[in-house]
Amino acid sequence: MEKFTTLTSRAIPLAIENVDTDQIIPARFLKATDKQGFGDNVFRDWRFDKHGNINNDFSLNNPTYSGSILVAGDNFGCGSSREHAAWALVGYGFKVIVSSFFADIFKGNALNNGLLPVQVSEGFLKSLLQTVEAHPETLIEVNLENQTISISNSDVSESFDIDPYKKTCMINGYDDIDYLLSKKEQIEAFEAEKIY
Amino acid sequence: MTTKKTLFDKVWDAHVVDSVQNGPQILYIDKHLIHEVTSPQAFNELEARGIPVFRPNQIVATADHNTPTLNQDLPIKDELSRKQLEQLSTNCAKNNITLYELGHKYNGIVHVMAPELGITQPGMTMVCGDSHTSTHGAFGTIAFGIGTSQVAQVFASQCLLLTKPKSLRVTVNGTLKNGVLPKDVILYIISKLGTNSGTGYFCEYAGDVFENMSMEGRMTVCNMSIEMGARGGMIAPDETTFEYVKGREFAPKGDDFEKKVAYWKTLPTDPDAAFDKEYHFDAEDIEPMVTYGTNPGMGIKISETIPVDDNSSFKKSLEYMNFKAGESLINKPINFVFIGSCTNSRIEDFRVAANFIKGKQKAQNVTAWLVPGSKQVEAQIINEGLNDIFEDAGFELRQPGCSACLAMNDDKIPQGEYCVSTSNRNFEGRQGQGSRTILASPLVAAATAVAGKIVDVTKEINETNVTLSAVVRSH
Repeated sequence: MEKFTTLTSRAIPLAIENVDTDQIIPARFLKATDKQGFGDNVFRDWRFDKHGNINNDFSLNNPTYSGSILVAGDNFGCGSSREHAAWALVGYGFKVIVSSFFADIFKGNALNNGLLPVQVSEGFLKSLLQTVEAHPETLIEVNLENQTISISNSDVSESFDIDPYKKTCMINGYDDIDYLLSKKEQIEAFEAEKIY
Repeated sequence: MTTKKTLFDKVWDAHVVDSVQNGPQILYIDKHLIHEVTSPQAFNELEARGIPVFRPNQIVATADHNTPTLNQDLPIKDELSRKQLEQLSTNCAKNNITLYELGHKYNGIVHVMAPELGITQPGMTMVCGDSHTSTHGAFGTIAFGIGTSQVAQVFASQCLLLTKPKSLRVTVNGTLKNGVLPKDVILYIISKLGTNSGTGYFCEYAGDVFENMSMEGRMTVCNMSIEMGARGGMIAPDETTFEYVKGREFAPKGDDFEKKVAYWKTLPTDPDAAFDKEYHFDAEDIEPMVTYGTNPGMGIKISETIPVDDNSSFKKSLEYMNFKAGESLINKPINFVFIGSCTNSRIEDFRVAANFIKGKQKAQNVTAWLVPGSKQVEAQIINEGLNDIFEDAGFELRQPGCSACLAMNDDKIPQGEYCVSTSNRNFEGRQGQGSRTILASPLVAAATAVAGKIVDVTKEINETNVTLSAVVRSH
């Protein structure tokens, strides 16, 4: 897994609530058996119409916006457990998703792929969306070590929570498998007593 | 003084191997269910790192998400789909994992086949790379959906690193009205609580309504826990549960069964155990439900009108559905009806539909697909003669699988069309690009197919004296 420490980037606004994983990567693209290529189809049916024409109104298609931070509405990533959603966002080039609320499974999937979910207050999200929409050149700084997200050259900043264990994993690029394998003896000892 | 524990606490605590300091716990997983879509990358990961599958005999595989529902005996036409299924077969064979592949008598939707085979048992921990794994919570099981990285973790260690979720209890007391089914109960709950009220929580459903529900009904309810954000939902195991599990293929037998029952009886939540969050509803307030928007929380009683809301996401949703705030869905013409999915594809669902359909005809304009959840459900439909009722009424009984719930296969609803569906998600394009999903019970779906439009089913059944309330306990 790729390491994550700090990131300074422009951001792309996606002011829609309850963005579900079916929108992030529609089911018809889940037939692949590897992790490659999902980025091409991220938000496929919002980026393109059914004939494959670009939807210019959609923020990812707006050349004014760029960057590896996606700023999205409340309850991002709800629905299906498909990790393909995280692979699609990473494949497209996102490294951070900012929202006022994340669905559980998506959040875990993101963290397992070096994609940092930054949960902020509703007020901060609102001002971040407004700033990015009005001034797309604005740089956003995300510092995982200090657990802060700030708008560059301003005093607008907020701290965010992250599970300390997951933080260590992100900073060092560790994944859970390494940790679990190191606990094999304990797992086998547990199995001697297990019920099922 | 002993600490009062919830059902969830008891099952969770019995599976904790160890705790990471200031971090998650290592939770042991009893059963791991896998399917073709979310497992291949996990197998690849292990192979690339030279890690063997730790406990293959605790894994059961089925092919369901990406399978055709017609001509299952013929080679699959779509090349990518065929390859995905071949890869599942290869991976299972290589790693000694039991697979119920397409055509096998035990094949079916993962959340239908595991309970009916007795793989799902009270007090277990179960996971699957599918968010509707919450279904198995109907047995008093901790069951939840995981991502593919976690599938790889369970392959490697039979464990997961998890922070214990908070506890939530939804109590519904009273008696359900005639025509109100388990699907209506859960759609009602989600419509009241919203799609993220359960995030970070595990939910227990309690009260008369769930106690009096069949196992099939309980599975329908727990299935949709994820639609309010909860990783899982549970119902305390009781005589209905034990009776359902007893005698099934992989259920414990003889003395072992009796010992298990004695243990299962210790699992229900202690009388004074505290929950982090509690909600109470009255059964009498619940009516047949329909959704009008693009998330499962956007539901109303069939007799109500769509609410008015100024929120831009709400408006976007209505625009997608081509509905107006303040209008009723009654009399909306519907051309597609789907009865199936891990939410509503068990025998009881088809009995309800058949009971209503008997002697009636589907409307000319309607394409009505009935997709059983498993080969066993399919066989039962035929044994009970329900297929004749469906055929006479012009409904199409197809072969088992996830089908039009997520439309990965050819079972897609065309652009712009409405589908009254017994599935679990009404997201934009969920049932095919541009499709518009209205979630409902099998009864509402059947009534829609017959009328060719949405009708107030309560009125219909009360006029014709059909009894379809609180589905009888089967088995």
